[in-house]
Amino acid sequence: MSDKILMKGNEAIAEAAIIAGCRHYFGYPITPQTEIAAYMAKKMPKIGGCFLQAESEIAAINMVYGVSSAGKRVMTSSSSPGVSLKGEGLSYLAGSDLPALIVNVQRGGPGLGGIQPSQSDYFQSTRGGGHGDYHMIVLAPASVQEMADLTVKGFELADTYRMTSMILADGTMGQMMEPVSLDFDVKPEIEKPWATTGTKMAREHNIVNSLSLVPEELEEFNFKRYDRYKVIEENETMFEEYMTEDADIVLAAFGIAARVSKNAVDEARKMGIKAGLIRPITLWPFPKAPFKAAAEHCKAFISVELSMGQMIEDVKLASECRRPVYLCNRAGGMIPDPKQVLDSIIKVNGGNN
Amino acid sequence: MVVFDKPHALIDVPLHYCPGCTHGIIHRLVAEVIDELGIEGNTIGIAPVGCSVMAYNYFNCDMIEAAHGRAPAVATGVKRADPEHNIVFTYQGDGDLASIGMAETVHAAARNENITVIFINNAIYGMTGGQMAPTSLPGQVTQTSPYGRDVNHCGYPIKVCEMLSKLDGPEYLERVTVDNVKHIRAAKKAIKKAFQNQLDGKGFSLVEVISSCPTNWGMTPKKALEWIESDMIPYYPLGVYKDRTAEKEAE
Repeated sequence: MSDKILMKGNEAIAEAAIIAGCRHYFGYPITPQTEIAAYMAKKMPKIGGCFLQAESEIAAINMVYGVSSAGKRVMTSSSSPGVSLKGEGLSYLAGSDLPALIVNVQRGGPGLGGIQPSQSDYFQSTRGGGHGDYHMIVLAPASVQEMADLTVKGFELADTYRMTSMILADGTMGQMMEPVSLDFDVKPEIEKPWATTGTKMAREHNIVNSLSLVPEELEEFNFKRYDRYKVIEENETMFEEYMTEDADIVLAAFGIAARVSKNAVDEARKMGIKAGLIRPITLWPFPKAPFKAAAEHCKAFISVELSMGQMIEDVKLASECRRPVYLCNRAGGMIPDPKQVLDSIIKVNGGNN
Repeated sequence: MVVFDKPHALIDVPLHYCPGCTHGIIHRLVAEVIDELGIEGNTIGIAPVGCSVMAYNYFNCDMIEAAHGRAPAVATGVKRADPEHNIVFTYQGDGDLASIGMAETVHAAARNENITVIFINNAIYGMTGGQMAPTSLPGQVTQTSPYGRDVNHCGYPIKVCEMLSKLDGPEYLERVTVDNVKHIRAAKKAIKKAFQNQLDGKGFSLVEVISSCPTNWGMTPKKALEWIESDMIPYYPLGVYKDRTAEKEAE
């Protein structure tokens, strides 16, 4: 077993990105993710990398667009209001089939909102975030270890499928400290023959572009992109199941909400209620299979979220509405405690325990 | 013997620009400079949103199409991805560079980002059909200033070279035009210097080219070139607005 070190979630992301070969980071300060920028500012100049504080989140995502076009691993990070500003760039990255890693350490919204943890950018992230038909691979860590693991995985997936990977974390994940192992077996980076690295007068010029004025062509690009998304749905969906096999009440939760929910499941089991948890690790692609399977035997689902209820729609779709789906939530920067989740389980189970 | 040929850096395809538009001349000047400096194989161009959005189809070097106004940020990324090898230029119009992308322009200049910016100022939005630009002249009639640009209502044009010249960052700023042979020669000299500066590691070099838009100005090509002389140049005087190397040498 490798040595573990105590790290903040945000720092674990930064260090894992460097280990994954990322040497370019662009960002703009915003709470609660600024430690990522601070870490990069300190580390990048020492290892021949580039940290640059951009004039805005818009500029940062476009600098990402530039480095990605040039064929190198690159990332930016922000928090909810800043990610809204990046929305334009996310759409262009998708339209130009460019790989990149984006980190959103979410805070409560809408508007300027607050600085406490939230999961209310679920819709924005899983539905693309900007204009047009596209998806990002959305990864939801539930521990500092996963902050690091999914960062490395995110770069690999982005390169493989030529698209954006987003780490959708929240303020808790970013700020909390846990022991983490950074002993990664990073796969060698794949060739990028499409990149604008200069023709060296040895090939036709490469063009990185999202403009397509011929609708038949643009439609074709969209169809092809969605064919690729199908492959990702089949091969890259990730989730964790906890005591779902015989569960009557199945919780659905990701990130910090999943940790709280796990405690509530344990408490419910002690009371004799058969509770379980499905924790999506990829929010897009959403893990439909475990929900469909659970719907065969469970009585109801409860979606536990730090939002007004966003993932609940995917739970309903994935379970094909075969069982009732309830919401147990806090919003605006509040986190449900295990008791609230347990009360919800007891209520949904019929209140007899 | 060939006495006049297309530059290698310019692809031999018909350009989509309107008759009498000066984009074609400026494309050619940029391509000639790329040829003369022998840098095509390492050059990456960034196209804007606007009339020259499809410049990626015209230049033989690697090309990127950027979001509206974001070319200097994209160029920053490309340059920093491989500063030793990548030679990066943006080609942007006035709406792109001086309106929606002003923040990106100013900050790239302030950082003295080692890139070359070719800024086409024709005082109008061409691609969308002739709306008021940040550089439209006071009183200028456009689709969105149908009674003439009223400075009391929507303010004054932005003089980009003058404004950027107040920053400590940029290496070189020059305004040129392409309405006659003499001016075209001067424009080419400026563009070449803007690329050479990048090769020499000197930093942010911007050439503002006063350009014509006969279609949206509602003029014949000849009249449009005359209007550059009579109306544009008095408001946007030609010349070098910053040349840090020359300033240092003069000291």
